[in-house]
This record gives sequence, structure tokens and C-alpha cells, in this order.
Amino acid sequence: MSRGAWLLARLAQIVPTFLLIGIAVFVLARLLPGNAVMAMLGERGTDEMVARLTASLGLDKSIFAQFVAFLEGVASGRLGDSLAFRIPVTRLIAERLPVTMLLTGLAVAFALAAAVPLAFVAALNANRWPDLLIRAIFQVGLSSPIFYVGLVLLTVFAAWLRLFPVGGYGDTMWEHIYHLFLPAITLGLSFAAIVMRNLRAAILGVINAEYVDFARAKGLRGSVILLRHVLRNALIATVTLVGLEIGSLLGGAVITETVFAVPGVGRLMVDSIFARDYPVIQALTLALAVFVSLAFLLTDLVQMWLDPRVGR
Amino acid sequence: MKRPPTPLLGGLAILGLMVAFAVAPDVFSPYDPLAFDFSALLAPPSWAHPFGTDQFGRDLLSRSISAAAIDLQIAVFATFFPGTLGALLGLLIGWYGGLADAVIGRLMDLVATFPFLVLVIAIVAILGPGLANMYVAITIVGWVPYARLMRSEAMVQKNGEYVAACKVLGYSTPRILFRHILPNAIRPVLVYAVTAMALAILLGSSLGYLGLGAQPPTAEWGVLIADGKNFFTTAPWIALFPGTVIVIAGLGFSLTGDGLADLLEVKR
Repeated sequence: MSRGAWLLARLAQIVPTFLLIGIAVFVLARLLPGNAVMAMLGERGTDEMVARLTASLGLDKSIFAQFVAFLEGVASGRLGDSLAFRIPVTRLIAERLPVTMLLTGLAVAFALAAAVPLAFVAALNANRWPDLLIRAIFQVGLSSPIFYVGLVLLTVFAAWLRLFPVGGYGDTMWEHIYHLFLPAITLGLSFAAIVMRNLRAAILGVINAEYVDFARAKGLRGSVILLRHVLRNALIATVTLVGLEIGSLLGGAVITETVFAVPGVGRLMVDSIFARDYPVIQALTLALAVFVSLAFLLTDLVQMWLDPRVGR
Repeated sequence: MKRPPTPLLGGLAILGLMVAFAVAPDVFSPYDPLAFDFSALLAPPSWAHPFGTDQFGRDLLSRSISAAAIDLQIAVFATFFPGTLGALLGLLIGWYGGLADAVIGRLMDLVATFPFLVLVIAIVAILGPGLANMYVAITIVGWVPYARLMRSEAMVQKNGEYVAACKVLGYSTPRILFRHILPNAIRPVLVYAVTAMALAILLGSSLGYLGLGAQPPTAEWGVLIADGKNFFTTAPWIALFPGTVIVIAGLGFSLTGDGLADLLEVKR
């Protein structure tokens, strides 16, 4: 298969994926025990209110008609109004999603900035004390729940040392980054641990590979070999990991945003559950799944660009 | 078989202690975990209360110990239910292949597209908060890695000579599947499950913290931390000690899982 054909096939896969995501979210929303309308209105609903909401949600039509209407709504960006905020769900998500994306992006950046150099230190000192120390620290990081790490950082750096704000988001880009500093470290910690672990193993694997022996035999200096050959190959593995882990990062963002009162989609999700704001929950689940499948696609494309073996 | 490595022994020691706390909390707890003590409200850690007390004067060491039972239950159930479902499905599609394999395969891809925690939260939102619904949600979302592992193992095993021998002997398919293939294919699944228990503790306590898992007044580590979060400037010990306990429990499971994988030489 040529690279072009591989690319087209990979792009075409996204269509059935989106359709399946749509079906899953639709089914999920219909699983509400009892009646969705009653769940939304609670005890307060009069018969007239129930009838009006049932009609406005289209729940009086057949299940197939409902599904077609749902797909039309998704395609045209109409996903209903938030019951709590009384504005279109799409507008609400469009306001909040950039916050979560900035948080996740910063978390990935921090994690890579810490994990990549430490992975090299660990791999080049394999099974000596720097390696054991780095691995022990990250092992503890992997075993620490996000909300606990967040609370500790909040207590030490925000409440006691007053170096960072206790929560919120600020108004300018610099204020955003300042406010998201502790949350991003919190969110990035376990990801850094995973990257470190995998990168260390990848470097150890590459160091012993034949082409590195060959490069050394050609007389290339150690640092050149490390940068040009080892780093490049180890990075391919890391890019894959970022793509695979984007889902758990978004899940972690839900908790991080709740701990630090960050106004992103994660906090919106938790708030919506307690407000029984089902249109928001449905739309967010849909939006995040679409986001993840796009991230998978992007990962494959970057991998193809980095690794000439893919798609050949 | 190699000699058990030190990290594995350390992990097993932590798990042993956790089981002891879960089985006989009264032996280890200095106080009744639910008893109010109005003479010691928000008391900092001391010899009388090593972990301090909360806003009702409840002893946090005793509460952390009594929570071990719930969190151990979370670790086991949140692994056992998705593990059993996934292993069964994986065994069947690995054996039969064909259409069932294709359909379940697409389903696995689909579930993997949703961020794990987001889908669990969405399902808990629909079913309502609480431990039982949390297990249902984790099972719906969490069976995929077990199914994948079991499927690939079953596909290897079914070409083994002993399976051909079973067929010649005229054994029934269920007998071949459950008496012969399953015991040979289960090892990587079990090792994965131990590591997954570490994640299950983190997941369960996270949902407890968010108010979606165990419900107060049940003592669960995440719930204890949620109780303490409003006091983190004035009485940080309320959240800090139960949090440290979670980290140690998580370490116990992940050290055990990694150690077992090394010992049994299971590739991951």
C-alpha cells in the first residue's frame, strides 16, 4: 500500500468511528432510568411542563425518528440548551473547552520537560542510584491520586507560601498560565511517570540496537549518536504515548479542574451531574469522544511523518 | 522461577496489612471511627490521635483503618467484574473468531475512544451516585483490556497440540475452553488485574472525592479527603493522612503487580 492510500484509508476510518460514537451517546442518554423528562424536572414538574419538555426534546416520536433528529442536531451543531445555564450547550462547551485544552497542553509540556531528560539520565545510569531514585519518585507519582496531589500542592504553594492563586483562571494569557501552573503540574505528574518509564525502556532498547553499534563503528561521537539516532527513535514512541494517553489526561482534567476550581469542561461535567443537566452531560461525552478520536488520528499522522516505516 | 524480588515482598507486606485492617479493624483502631469527641475537635496529630481528628472530633487513624475495608472492596470488585466479563468475551471471540470477533472488536475500539473516567462519570450520572452504580459503570467501560489480553492468548492457545488432542478425545467445546484453554491463558490477565487494582483504588477514591462513589458517612479514603478539603488551610491533616494511606495502598498493588510480572516473566 502506498503512503497516500494509507493516509486516505486512515482518514476514512474516522467516519464510522464518529457514527458509532453518536449511536453510543444516543443509547447512553436513553438509558436514563424511568423518564428523562421526569429526571430533569424532578418533583417540581407539572403535567403541562412534562408534556412541553417531552415535545421539545422530541421524546414523543419513534426511537428511529429521535435518532435521526439527534444526528441532524449533532451535524448542525444544535445539541439543545443547558437546563442550568439556559444557553445553547454548544456555546457553553465552546467557552469552556479552550480552558481544558490549555490545561491539558500545559500538563503535557511540563510532563515532557521533566520526563524526557530524566528518562535519559535514568537509562544512561541503568540500575545505579540516579536511575533507582528517579524510578522510585515516579512510582510514588503513579500511585498518587490526582485530587490528593492537587490538594497537597494547593496547601503548600497556594495557602502557605502564597506563590500561586488558590483557584480560578484570570483574564489574560499570562494570568491563565499563572493560574493553571499548579493544576498543570498536578495533571502532568502521572503522565510524566508513564512517559519516563516508557522512554527509559525505549532508550535502553535503542542503545543496544544494531544501528547504534553501526553508528559507533562509523566513529560518530556518543552525543551525536544519542541526539540523532536514539532521541529520534525514542520520540516516536513518546508521540504514540501522548496520543494514547490523551483520554486519561482528559479524565484527569475532570478531577484537576474540580480541585482547583478551573472553569473548564471537566468541572462543567461534574457540576452538570449534580445539577442533573443531562443535555450538557450528553454533549460533553460526545465532544470529548470526538476530540479523542481526532487525537488518535493526529497521532497516526505525526507517527507517519516521524517514522518512515509506517504506511509502507 | 526466580527468587521473589524485594519490591514484590514490600508490596505484599502492604497488601497484607491492608487485608488485616479490613478483616479486623477493631483490633487496630484506637477509637470508634464514628464516635464524636467534642473535647478534641480538629485536634492536630498527637500521641493520643496520631492522625489528628476532624471537625467532629472523630479519630482519623481509626477512620482511615475502617476505610480499608471499603477501599479493598473497591480494588477487588472494580477489577473482578470487568475482568470476568472481559476475560469471558475475550476467550469466546479468541476461540470462535469470525463475525463475533469483528463485532466485539469494533465495540472495543468504540469504548476505547471515550476517555475512561469521562464515560464512567457519564454512566454514574445516569444511574445515580453510589458504590453499586460505580461498579456497574466501571464494568461497562473497563472490560476492554482484559478482553484484548484474553483474546490474543486464546488465539495462541487454540493452536496448541493439547487442544488438538482434546478434540481427538472428543471433549466438548465448553470443556476445552474452560478446563484446558482458560487455565493456560489466564496468567497475563491475572497479572494485569493486580496492576489494575492500583488504578482501581485511585479511580474509586477519585469518584468518592467527587461525591459519585461511596457516600458519606461511609468511611472511604477519597470521601475522607473530600471531608477535609474545606479545612486544608487550618487543619491540613484531615486530608493529608488519608491521602498518604491511598498512596501507600496504591504502591502496594503496583509493586505487587510489577513484581509478579517479573517473577512469572509475563511480557507487558
